[in-house]
Amino acid sequence: MMKFQGVDYYNIESLLSEEEILARSTIREFVDDNVIPIIEKHNRAGTYPMDLVPKMAELGLFGSTLPAKYGCAEMNNVAYGLVMQELERGDSGVRSFASVQSALVMYPIYTFGSEQQKDYWLPKLASGDKIGCFGLTEPDYGSNPAGMITHANEKGNCYVLNGAKMWITNGTLADVAVVWAKLNGVIHGFLVEKGRKGFSAPEMTGKHSLRASVTSELIFQDCEIPKENILPKTEGLKSPLMCLNQARYGIAWGAVGSAMACYDTALNYAKSRIQFGKPIASFQMIQEKLVYMVTEITKAQLLCLQIGRLKDRGKLKYQQVSMAKRNNVHHALEIARMAREILGANGILDEYPVMRHMANLESVKTYEGTHEMHTLIVGEDITGIPAYV
Amino acid sequence: MKIVVCINHVPDTETKVKVGTDGKTIDKAGVNYMLNPYDEFAIEAALQLKEKFGGETLVMSLGGDAHKETLRKALAMGIEKAILLKDDSIRDSYSIAKALAEEIRTLSADCILFGKQSIDYYNEEIPGLVAEFLGLPSVSVVVRININNGKVICEREIEGGHEVVETKIPLVMAAQKGLNEPRYPSLKGIMAAKTKPIEERQAATASSYVEVLTMHKPPPKQPGKIIGTDVNAVPELIRLLREEAKVL
Ligand SMILES: Cc1cc2nc3c(=O)[nH]c(=O)nc-3n(C[C@H](O)[C@H](O)[C@H](O)COP(=O)(O)OP(=O)(O)OC[C@H]3O[C@@H](n4cnc5c(N)ncnc54)[C@H](O)[C@@H]3O)c2cc1C
Repeated sequence: MMKFQGVDYYNIESLLSEEEILARSTIREFVDDNVIPIIEKHNRAGTYPMDLVPKMAELGLFGSTLPAKYGCAEMNNVAYGLVMQELERGDSGVRSFASVQSALVMYPIYTFGSEQQKDYWLPKLASGDKIGCFGLTEPDYGSNPAGMITHANEKGNCYVLNGAKMWITNGTLADVAVVWAKLNGVIHGFLVEKGRKGFSAPEMTGKHSLRASVTSELIFQDCEIPKENILPKTEGLKSPLMCLNQARYGIAWGAVGSAMACYDTALNYAKSRIQFGKPIASFQMIQEKLVYMVTEITKAQLLCLQIGRLKDRGKLKYQQVSMAKRNNVHHALEIARMAREILGANGILDEYPVMRHMANLESVKTYEGTHEMHTLIVGEDITGIPAYV
Repeated sequence: MKIVVCINHVPDTETKVKVGTDGKTIDKAGVNYMLNPYDEFAIEAALQLKEKFGGETLVMSLGGDAHKETLRKALAMGIEKAILLKDDSIRDSYSIAKALAEEIRTLSADCILFGKQSIDYYNEEIPGLVAEFLGLPSVSVVVRININNGKVICEREIEGGHEVVETKIPLVMAAQKGLNEPRYPSLKGIMAAKTKPIEERQAATASSYVEVLTMHKPPPKQPGKIIGTDVNAVPELIRLLREEAKVL
């Protein structure tokens, strides 16, 4: 197999800095050496490759944009995005692990946490000694988290949590859960450590998608946590949405990685598969598919790079992130489906990565705000009219 | 311990190289470059020696500005300082080694490490030449290094086995695959490398004695031929091996 050479039809590399390129190349090599050889096995077994965790930590993949004093790399957002792209070229589950740890656990602790919470948790999460998860979605409240039932009541020096979360990435693995619950009717974030009485996190099974990722329920039955476990600067739905916005930014880049893997596979296959005495790449209908793929990848790359530069300048609107997440995941999924078609019957085999990416992208299209919700977010932004209800 | 690693910036192994219009250099358009793979073992060895004995590490490369990218990677892996010996001219191994040696002479290094060869021109001459210019012992194709009180025991790869040799510092060593498992530059290392210095110096001039006259690619491989798929094909196969391929 030829080593993956990247997809760069518009010489977008010339817009990257030396360290952005080096970060991208390093993670690309890491994924080639450590993720691709083992991922199908984990996808079949429905397990997360836990031995990647210390290696990912060593590379600095957790919280890589946060300050060095917490043991983080303090990279810019473009480098972070490129890292997410490369991880997802391996597998969406591996990217999800890094996204959750970075954008949904370390980011809220960093943004909403007390000094003690930051000093205690961030270095341990950066080094991979502790794993986190983010519990927002509930069985009855997905796209509409404002309606959540999970709540906290004050009791002496404690808060008592009751309720249930569902679809929580890394829930069963996590040492600490960032849990969103209502206190006197207002949403706040709480840190719940593994092993607290009244807290359990059973794994959900039967997934056809994101199989190399652990997805769990979080159940709270009169779970008491000390008052200092509240994230003090959280207030209202805006706080978890700020976290989701970080994660969606990474997903917009990640989708490009999946799309690249599918395109690269389809292109190589089309050039070597002979039918009617010619490589199938010589047929116009195949070329049309390949051209669609490379065009959409190129557009997605440009969206990512621009939202990255805006984010680094502090000028990024969340609606712009919605546009990129919506567009890139949608087209990545279309690209995966086309790649599957180009590979014919081989497309359904796990000898090739395309069907795994396709199945993964079905989750990616739904989580962190569904495709439709992002349509409504951009729709509201351009018309001034909210159309959610 | 002061450790100097000399590294090279070479075409990526996946690159399909074309000969340039002058017929004696490669066409650089569209060629991706990378850190010479054998040099990664040398860098890792330097980092491990530093971790064990303390001291300082330095990388050096002779070439144009493009070599900075490769020097930066070495810095991101953990090397502390870099020197670019600026030179855009075409030199033979002798001339490159001479310029490297002139620079290294000023550094009073204990260990000078190289990859066993550059994967571009395959001359495999530079480590030995540098050692010779500096009057130092040199060990090539090294797969293990053990340093104790200035005494150096190296294991080398030889045809069909290994050889253990003894020498002392200062010395030149050329790393072979298997010496270690080179680390990835971490994201923190990449950020740290941004602030590490790459010092630019003019490479010392030195004569070249070998000139490249032409460069050409091997003739394209003949397509394979399927003579048959069962035992009936054997006589024809033998005839062709005898008469066409002339290997029997
Ligand atoms: C593998 C996986 C991992 C996940 N990880 C996490 C995690 O770590 N933490 C976490 O909190 N959550 C997680 N989620 C949950 C995810 O964020 C939710 O599934 C998502 O928000 C959608 O909610 P829902 O599934 O309840 O769908 P619903 O909200 O029920 O939506 C169903 C359909 O209706 C559409 N719809 C809903 N409302 C509207 C409307 N107003 N207008 C038009 N269409 C509408 C949706 O777009 C969708 O197509 C994960 C999900 C998956 C699949």
